[in-house]
Amino acid sequence: MVIDRLRRLLPADAILSSAEELKPYECDALTLYRQTPLAVALPADETQVSAVLKTCHEAGVPVIARGAGTGLSGGATPRPDAVLMSLARLNRIISLEPLARTARVQPGVRNLAISEAAAPHGLYYAPDPSSQIACTIGGNVAENSGGVHCLKYGLTVHNVLALRLATIEGDVLEIGSQALDAPGYDLLALLTGSEGLLGVVTEVTVRLIPRPQCARVVLAAFDSLAKAGQAVADVIAAGIIPAGLEMMDRPTIAAVEPFVHAGYPLDAEAILLCESDGTAHEVEEEILRVEAVMRRAGSTDCRVSRDEAERLRFWAGRKAAFPAMGALSPDYYCMDGSIPRKRLASVLQAIRDMEVRYGLRCTNVFHAGDGNLHPLILFDSNIADEVVRAEAFGGEILELCVREGGSITGEHGVGMEKINQMCVQFASGELETFHEVKRAFDDRGLLNPGKAVPTLHRCAELGRLHVRGGQLPHPELPRF
Amino acid sequence: MIELRTLQEHIRAAVGARRPLRIRGGGSKDFYGGRLEGELLDVSPLSGITHCEPTELVIAARAGTPLRELERELAAHEQMLAFEPPRFDGRATLGGCVASGLSGPRRPHCGAVRDFLLGVEMIDGRGRLLHFGGKVIKNVAGFDVSRLMAGSLGTLGLLTEITLKTVPRPRAECTLQFQMEQAQALESMTLWGGRPLPISATAWHQGVLRVRLAGAEAAVRAACASLGGEVMDGADEYWESVREQRLTFFSGARELWRISLPAHSPVLAASEPTLIEWGGSLRWLAGEQDGSALREHVMRLGGHVTLYRAPVKPPEGPFQPLSAAMLSLHKRLKGAFDPHGIFNPGRLHPDL
Repeated sequence: MVIDRLRRLLPADAILSSAEELKPYECDALTLYRQTPLAVALPADETQVSAVLKTCHEAGVPVIARGAGTGLSGGATPRPDAVLMSLARLNRIISLEPLARTARVQPGVRNLAISEAAAPHGLYYAPDPSSQIACTIGGNVAENSGGVHCLKYGLTVHNVLALRLATIEGDVLEIGSQALDAPGYDLLALLTGSEGLLGVVTEVTVRLIPRPQCARVVLAAFDSLAKAGQAVADVIAAGIIPAGLEMMDRPTIAAVEPFVHAGYPLDAEAILLCESDGTAHEVEEEILRVEAVMRRAGSTDCRVSRDEAERLRFWAGRKAAFPAMGALSPDYYCMDGSIPRKRLASVLQAIRDMEVRYGLRCTNVFHAGDGNLHPLILFDSNIADEVVRAEAFGGEILELCVREGGSITGEHGVGMEKINQMCVQFASGELETFHEVKRAFDDRGLLNPGKAVPTLHRCAELGRLHVRGGQLPHPELPRF
Repeated sequence: MIELRTLQEHIRAAVGARRPLRIRGGGSKDFYGGRLEGELLDVSPLSGITHCEPTELVIAARAGTPLRELERELAAHEQMLAFEPPRFDGRATLGGCVASGLSGPRRPHCGAVRDFLLGVEMIDGRGRLLHFGGKVIKNVAGFDVSRLMAGSLGTLGLLTEITLKTVPRPRAECTLQFQMEQAQALESMTLWGGRPLPISATAWHQGVLRVRLAGAEAAVRAACASLGGEVMDGADEYWESVREQRLTFFSGARELWRISLPAHSPVLAASEPTLIEWGGSLRWLAGEQDGSALREHVMRLGGHVTLYRAPVKPPEGPFQPLSAAMLSLHKRLKGAFDPHGIFNPGRLHPDL
């Protein structure tokens, strides 16, 4: 029994198997799906991580890695036949080099903890997913997490220099380098966003950048979604790459304002938060240009944060968007899709139509700067029918994103949640390639099985086939 | 123009006959990488910009499109390719740019080729036409196969169309020069890199450090004032000649060694002339070197060495050797895309 073998490898408190012990691990932040794992392993270091993997590989038992369990796509949803391996105990910052501007950290270190450790040196780690207070860097690598500032500062893949990766066989590979490139294939890029399917990260070397001297934000209100969308395009067209560019729709504004008292205009159809950061000179110049763009785009109300407190207040509402939904609805389903910025107004209109058809409300926050949409579908899980409708509503939004030239996931990952929609975004050739890549790393399919990449059979069964250029995919499969 | 179907058939025929193919755009980087083997597959007829949307910060073009054409289109919209790829006398194509993964002076300050890669269309070693990534920046669906293509030197498939993220051109630029020896130059670059200065390129050669500042006018002016030094005339031409390797240091070298290592690494003892870029993380050595001693030394510093240019390509390949475990993984990955090994054999590694 694999649990016995693991018990011989790890200290007693590093293997959990009783019902109460396993309960906290039965889901990540996608609480719709819960499963009890076979066991939970809590290795303390890289050697133990390798040993767990090697043991499970020999026993043919799948392994699912988990960071802080804040993932929204079910990437860490357990399976009853799989060992859930938590990386939470690998939580040390191994070294921080202010001159080199790098930090070597273990995968269980919280995203924000890296910036906190770098702060005394005037440095920080830029990618800032909204869960950064809790999410781990290992999880960030697995999902290629973004955050509000990623338009200007990049995703996780743009801010990681090197990794140590434990393979399913228990070997450890050094990927990337502290130099700006490494020989061979760009495995760092391939592994970032691989959702725990190709290996387990045991160490990450991240890039640190100087903290901007100052930041200010413009709050611009619009009386139509179309104007707000156009303003976003205009900001980019003016050659401005803001530090952050976010949009909130009217229902979201109405939900958050009583919660945070940020002073959002309640009669606006949409508001934009456009942040500029850099030196005082850079910010001054950029803010003037942004204000000009907003006014020319027809903003009904345009304010600039006067001090740091006000800047944080302007942002408070955006950051409270998800929790504020709690006042509106017993449950909400947070979607994640991306579209070309210019399609925003039409996609939001389509979502309004879907609200009517599915009989559910949906509010929207939008990383307007990079086209990443977070529709929040409100429902009551006590009403069985509403869960099904919420999922269908969500699936339709994702398919719309693909049709509009975007992607089913901008930053939350595919996990379990969007695995069906992978059949819409990709054709059989691509899915087969993903499986071949997977086989190159994990021949037996033991790492996080059933996640991220659907089998062709699944796609065929679902009937959600992707038709490209009039050609039906999977022509080799019979249909009747 | 060449049809994708034609290319697919050609590749399938090559697979059937186990006939290797040598992919070439403009041939501007024939000198780079491992051996050139296989029947020539000329991608230059596959040319043309297919999608250009400045307000979406995106441009897509067929792989055989000359970089010059792309850049001209972008310049018309006050945009550019952030990573400043070399054009090598105008022959460089978009496909070769991505496949070689070579970036220019701006690289450490904005990112490399792969950081701007949004999506690819490609034909794999089974002749299948595949699409990875897309046209949007936020896209984490599936494995990041598009980015994997950067630097793969055509060994994983034939790129047919590529989508890149664009950036606006800086509003102001100014280059400062300082008389400094190497050690002081390295120290200065490290120090300034940690400050919020709008640095967009650095280069040290023959006792002179040059620093290019780019960005908002006020920021550039303030940085010039705080750094001092001497404003350089003809800076644009200088940076072009660095990017295109037209400086005598490069063009006059019989052998050119490329050393990639952590920026703050100490001065490398070498008797041959050196030119340093990328804040210290890219160091060029001209002339014959004891390759294995150099590789050993640089590896211990956390870097790697490439014999970038030489009269004859070494049989063991020009790149730093891979560990056995890495090579094994590379072979499996290559096998996933090109099971019969027909694309550019030996170009990335003698055994791939």
